[in-house]
Amino acid sequence: MIELDHVSRIYVMGEQELRALDDVSEEIRSGEYVAVMGPSGSGKSTMLNILGCLDRPSAGRYRLDGEDVGELSEDEISSVRRHKIGFVFQTFHLVPRLSAEENVAFPMVFAGIPRAERRRRVAAALEDVGLGNRARHRPSELSGGERQRVAIARATVMHPQVLLADEPTGNLDSRSGRQVMDLIERMNADGLTLLVVTHDPAVAARAERVLVMEDGRIAARIRGDELAARPIPAAEPAP
Amino acid sequence: MTPGDLAGFALTALARHRLRTSLSLLGVAIGVAAVVLLTSLGEGARRYVTGQFAGLGSNLLILIPGRNETTGAFPGVGGVANDLTLEDARALQSRLAGVQVLAPISMGNETVAHRERRRQVVVIGATHEFLEARQLRMGRGQFLPRAELDRGGQQTVIGATLARELFPGESPLGRVVRIGDWRMRVIGVLEPLGTQLGMDIGDMAIVPLATGMRMFNRSSLFRILIKTHSHEEMDAACHRAVAILTERHDEEDVTCITQESVVSSLSTILTILTLALGGIAAISLSVAGIGIMNVMLVSVSERTREVGLQRAVGAHSRQILAVFLAEAVLLSTFGGLAGLLLGWVGIRVLVVVYPVFPAATPAWAAAAAIATSIAVGALFGVLPARRATRLDPVAALAGH
Repeated sequence: MIELDHVSRIYVMGEQELRALDDVSEEIRSGEYVAVMGPSGSGKSTMLNILGCLDRPSAGRYRLDGEDVGELSEDEISSVRRHKIGFVFQTFHLVPRLSAEENVAFPMVFAGIPRAERRRRVAAALEDVGLGNRARHRPSELSGGERQRVAIARATVMHPQVLLADEPTGNLDSRSGRQVMDLIERMNADGLTLLVVTHDPAVAARAERVLVMEDGRIAARIRGDELAARPIPAAEPAP
Repeated sequence: MTPGDLAGFALTALARHRLRTSLSLLGVAIGVAAVVLLTSLGEGARRYVTGQFAGLGSNLLILIPGRNETTGAFPGVGGVANDLTLEDARALQSRLAGVQVLAPISMGNETVAHRERRRQVVVIGATHEFLEARQLRMGRGQFLPRAELDRGGQQTVIGATLARELFPGESPLGRVVRIGDWRMRVIGVLEPLGTQLGMDIGDMAIVPLATGMRMFNRSSLFRILIKTHSHEEMDAACHRAVAILTERHDEEDVTCITQESVVSSLSTILTILTLALGGIAAISLSVAGIGIMNVMLVSVSERTREVGLQRAVGAHSRQILAVFLAEAVLLSTFGGLAGLLLGWVGIRVLVVVYPVFPAATPAWAAAAAIATSIAVGALFGVLPARRATRLDPVAALAGH
């Protein structure tokens, strides 16, 4: 599903070269549930951005679903994001002036899906995340957990193959965090490939595999259920 | 995405900043209102002036001494070779067939007095035919009687205003007035018909032609008016009249103008004036465009994260461009419509205050103002919208 082949991402800042991602090779199978851990600046977010086609590798190749993303044009990459990838962010990224249902419909508007079809899918997606009765509320009228569930509905409404979640529980209390994780794990169980960047060992422990990043490299690959037995030295407390 | 989606996005974005939106909308509205008002004034001036000439009557030719090589400008201004004389008028009377009336006139300024009341007015030396040529009507009494051209007389016909000023509350008929050094008997009062060519019909006195020429100490005519039976005869009559006079003067030194030629040349001049006014007003629209650009730049930088999100959900560059362009165009279009309304109200007020002035918005000006305001929105919206499309998705999501 996801193949990273000697991928590097290098930022040039004046004289200095910053290797945010340093020769990373990794393969993630379809339907897999992978957590990414590591301290700030270890390259977690850079990897997630590259996997989400928001950023391009400086070197190496990234194949998504057998397609070399590096060879695609800007518009083709947009289409890949549109149809294959869903994003969930730590800060939700809902559009404040739009209602919950309008936020969920957002990707479908750009995908040119007809209005009636949109309405049907929005209703189903909101129902799916348990917010059928919150459709007309603005983000400011929703709790943090509800906002993240709206964001998950938005990320999955186009039926992507991969869900990329960057600290999805980072801004939530533990109860809402558990609800959100339950929700995306249920979607993973239905076949959605799931990649979660997290600081929280309790979250990571539920993944099949954990990639531990350090200085732009994957320092360790651990099975989720082994995480509790083997504490990660570089992990830092959740903010 | 459909136009409806674009409009919906733009509307919710604009509605979120009501003050900012309405201020930049006001800028466009003032620009468009300025275009509408100024072109309406220009169009009003055109209608007013051409209306004045139209009052002359449609089958009227005017012979003016002097040759003007170009058309369009006012003939009669500049060097005059030979004057028009009474003999010329007689020659035309006998040789120019098929005309309805022929009315030679002289003109001067004189003081008309009755007892201690005096008034400086235009005095016209004319014949009986003048009444018909200029389509005047009598209010009371008689017009000048039919007579030979060189036969003077002590009668005068005065305008309604003059009559009221000199004889307040009494009938001027049969009374004697002094015009310059001449004592004249009032035999008629003209029906008030308003102003023609800047000459107030109510504020003038008409005396027999020969008497007028002596009164003004002139041996020549001011001009000769010719009215033809029909519109079709005008050109031919014009040519023949000029030919007859050219033969008599041994050179072509008279100009024949028709009401139509004057109206059309003035109309052209004033339409150009209106265009110029509209162009000047359009400058304020471009200023409004800069206002829109400013608002859109702020809007884009405020919504950097939203642009990042649009990127993340797979929006293409041209879709992001369309989202922001639609917002700018919608803003300027609303501004344009508000400006039309504002201009329309302004003209209504003007018409109420000055009912005489026929202010009217030319349809082309209203259409051009709206089209320009839409174009201004698109033009000045492109730069901010392009800025949005160039944002790096990762940086935009992070809000910088």
